[in-house]
Amino acid sequence: MAEVSHSEYNFPLERTCPFTPPPEYRKIREEEPITKVVLPNGNRAWVVTRHTDVRQVLNDHRFSADREHPAFPHLLEGAFGRGPDAEKSMISMDGPEHTTARRLVVGEFTVRRLEGLRPRIQAIVDECVDAILAGPKPVDLVPALALPVPSLVICELLGIPYADHDFFQRNSAKILLRGGPPEERRAAFDALGRYMNELIAKKEVDPGDDLLSRQIAKRRENGVHRRPALAELGFLLLVAGHETTANMISLGTAGLLKHPDQLAVILADPSKTPGAVEELLRFFTIVDTAQARLCVEDAEIGGVTIRAGEGVLALGYAANRDPEVFEDPDSLDVERGARHHVAFGFGPHQCLGQHLARMELQIVFDTLFRRIPTLRLAVRIEDLPTKNDAAVFGLHRLPVTW
Amino acid sequence: MKIVVDTGRCVGAGQCVLTAPSLFDQDDTDGVVVVRDRTPNGAAAEWAREAVRVCPSRALSLHE
Ligand code: HEM
Ligand code: SF4
Repeated sequence: MAEVSHSEYNFPLERTCPFTPPPEYRKIREEEPITKVVLPNGNRAWVVTRHTDVRQVLNDHRFSADREHPAFPHLLEGAFGRGPDAEKSMISMDGPEHTTARRLVVGEFTVRRLEGLRPRIQAIVDECVDAILAGPKPVDLVPALALPVPSLVICELLGIPYADHDFFQRNSAKILLRGGPPEERRAAFDALGRYMNELIAKKEVDPGDDLLSRQIAKRRENGVHRRPALAELGFLLLVAGHETTANMISLGTAGLLKHPDQLAVILADPSKTPGAVEELLRFFTIVDTAQARLCVEDAEIGGVTIRAGEGVLALGYAANRDPEVFEDPDSLDVERGARHHVAFGFGPHQCLGQHLARMELQIVFDTLFRRIPTLRLAVRIEDLPTKNDAAVFGLHRLPVTW
Repeated sequence: MKIVVDTGRCVGAGQCVLTAPSLFDQDDTDGVVVVRDRTPNGAAAEWAREAVRVCPSRALSLHE
């Protein structure tokens, strides 16, 4: 039994290089794969690093996802915060409450249903690339491509009228901006919350062919329609789907530019792009420490007893570099067939929007490198500014030229 | 080989559909897995094994 007395690691550890995990991750995984660390608020929590243990924690009812519980091991405030007047979101629910909430909407995210969105996503990506090619160089790909694509796709999904896209994008960008004035962030939050409520009110009387309208019909049929709950879902989809996908677009692009041999593989054969997307998801694992849980019933994980009331960080990034599961885990190999990664989590909360994210990433990489074959970084790779302070890892800027 | 599904556990993540579209589908209303072929043979049986491995909620199992 690991009786833990030391507390040398302060979490979160910084990711300074965009391509490699904090060096401590390997050390922890090899020497003490389940160990206690110190959180920013001074509390202790366990970190779990091996692939098999991470999957167990994320798929075990003794570990709760209730982010509103006072003992929940938070690293950053507001990563999945509540919208104004909002109700609990599914990402914080457990057990049957979670299953019911998720089943209400998961039909919108099936592989087959999302295929219907493909032509629209392709058009959105093409429009961004048109604008890039027509504009000056170098250009920062974060505001030119990485942020607008997922934002416009969520507009499409939720049925946000074209005239409001600008407002929606501007405010969601403000929410994501760290380091900016907190009042501004709060104001953007409130503005979007009000907007979402008004939009739902409009769709209640004048439904369209979109997720929110279908949800209203379905929730009314089941007698459970409440405007704040649906607004909360709209918000969750925005918060969970915008920055994540944007960061994977920018990091994936940088990763492929840094590994031209890997890029050549997908350029030669686009049927390999889906495999490359899986590998990029594994390689970067942008949602790492955000996969936290609270132990609610004593449990033994990998030979260590975790007690009720203790927090656990299931480190997906460490798991996705576990050599027991991925051969030569630190190399980017788009042909490895990286299907068992936990970049989208595992268990009942496994990413609801994963097929949408996959489709966006496939279309972006296929389109970007096909239409701008001479694309290259406009700064040295070491100079790319990384989001080493954020719950979701990514790049602040990605200057490119061609 | 027979595919056994615990629909109560399924979270609609659709990993099975991505892995083996000939064996699995998802219900349009609640995303719950629908098995198209319960008794796969040959190569399809291998895909069924892979689907069991990737399913995030252990909703799938095999009776050999
Ligand atoms: C590359 C992009 C993405 C990554 C890496 C990612 C990653 C994740 C991860 C790791 C989780 C699990 C969190 C946990 O276990 O606590 C999650 C949950 C979730 N994601 Fe994503 N995500 C991405 C894109 C999206 C998109 C595009 C959407 C929707 C439009 C979305 C919606 C959600 C929702 C609603 C949940 C909560 C599901 C639940 O609690 O049952 N995500 N995501
Ligand atoms: S992979 Fe598992 S959880 Fe996902 S749809 Fe298939 S059976 Fe359900």
